[in-house]
Amino acid sequence: MAAQTLQSVPGEPTSARHEQSLEDVARRDAEGQAYFDKVMAEDSRIEPRDWMPPAYRKTLLRQISQHAHSEIIGMQPEANWISRAPSLKRKAILMAKVQDEAGHGLYLYSAAETLGQPRDQMMQDLMDGKAKYSSIFNYPARTWADMGAIGWMVDGAAIANQVPLCRASFGPYGRAMVRVCKEESFHQRQGFEILLELSHGTPEQKQMAQDAVNRWYAPALMMFGPPDDDSPNSKQSMAWNIKRFSNDELRNRFVGMMMEQVKVLDLTLPDKDIRFNEETKKWEHGPLDWDEFHEVLAGRGPCNAQRLERRREAHHNGAWVREAAAAYAAKQAKKQAEKETAA
Amino acid sequence: MTTPEPHAGNVWPIWEVFVRSSRGLSHVHAGSLHAPDAAMALRNARDLYTRRNEGVSIWVVPADAIASSDPDSKGAFFESPQGKDYRHATYYTKSEGVKHL
Repeated sequence: MAAQTLQSVPGEPTSARHEQSLEDVARRDAEGQAYFDKVMAEDSRIEPRDWMPPAYRKTLLRQISQHAHSEIIGMQPEANWISRAPSLKRKAILMAKVQDEAGHGLYLYSAAETLGQPRDQMMQDLMDGKAKYSSIFNYPARTWADMGAIGWMVDGAAIANQVPLCRASFGPYGRAMVRVCKEESFHQRQGFEILLELSHGTPEQKQMAQDAVNRWYAPALMMFGPPDDDSPNSKQSMAWNIKRFSNDELRNRFVGMMMEQVKVLDLTLPDKDIRFNEETKKWEHGPLDWDEFHEVLAGRGPCNAQRLERRREAHHNGAWVREAAAAYAAKQAKKQAEKETAA
Repeated sequence: MTTPEPHAGNVWPIWEVFVRSSRGLSHVHAGSLHAPDAAMALRNARDLYTRRNEGVSIWVVPADAIASSDPDSKGAFFESPQGKDYRHATYYTKSEGVKHL
């Protein structure tokens, strides 16, 4: 259709009205950027169909899909313990928690999809080992006390990280985070309760709890990401109102919370350097092994291969279900169409 | 209920999910999901968006079936109410202080 025959209709995309010249594209980009900058300055929200800088889209897509993968892979260390939970109550709680993690992954995949990446592509990237996820899930869950330490420390660190993300500038991400955070506090409390019961049990149980806390402490602190001076993308993410606090700020705040809570557990944190700095009014912790962090992130952690293998296996084993559901839907649609033709 | 055509590559279509949190309130958009048909979409929506009694009723709508206004023309499209303050009660200030008005 010739461009000039079309009326200018408010609400209709301009791209449908006429061929885009290079000047048009440049003008629309400039207008889009101006609007985007205004939204950032007002600390308002960007929605999926708004113009956004390509780097903003790419950053969000990477962050949200990695976050989704973390939830999905994060089901594994705990799912391992469902069949070995010490009571029916604990089993029911653990199942609800693992189901929540699946739900969180799905909320996040939905949010990522609004940026234009199909979900099956994201899942394929995860299975092909091309996508990253939180390094924490590449550590093994050795004892029942690990269920406590994961809930208290790993989910605790996740909450500290995620609460500010509820205000992320990209609408669908913020909304998904609100939902996730509401559900996450149950995860942390049930973990705390497991540790509390163990630490007030027999000396062996208390030792088991302490051992789990010792093993999960450093990996949990590293969940906040590398130190600020080694986190090249942080500054841009903060300028885009995706990230609200730096990695070290969140980590220090988290250490302060742990310090208080560990007293209630009557356990200790395996870090003799933790202190409150009166000058900066911030908590400080001892050195962390960032070489280990980068090794695990690069795929060379204790459980990386096992986690990916299990993910591929689950996807493969579920293929017949997906195929059957699709075949059933096609059959029903055909029946419906025949009925309508006959009527 | 109609079921949208499955997308290429055997990928289930996207459904938008609306949840009524309690009687007397309207359905509110909760999120989206993939499902092969409407019945499965409803079941998945129940498991995904109402694990904690968040709803008493769910709608699922094929994402393809939703028409939306163009974000780029928000100014023009929503132009009509601009400058029509007289549509709001706050426009009428002379009655300030008068009771029950």
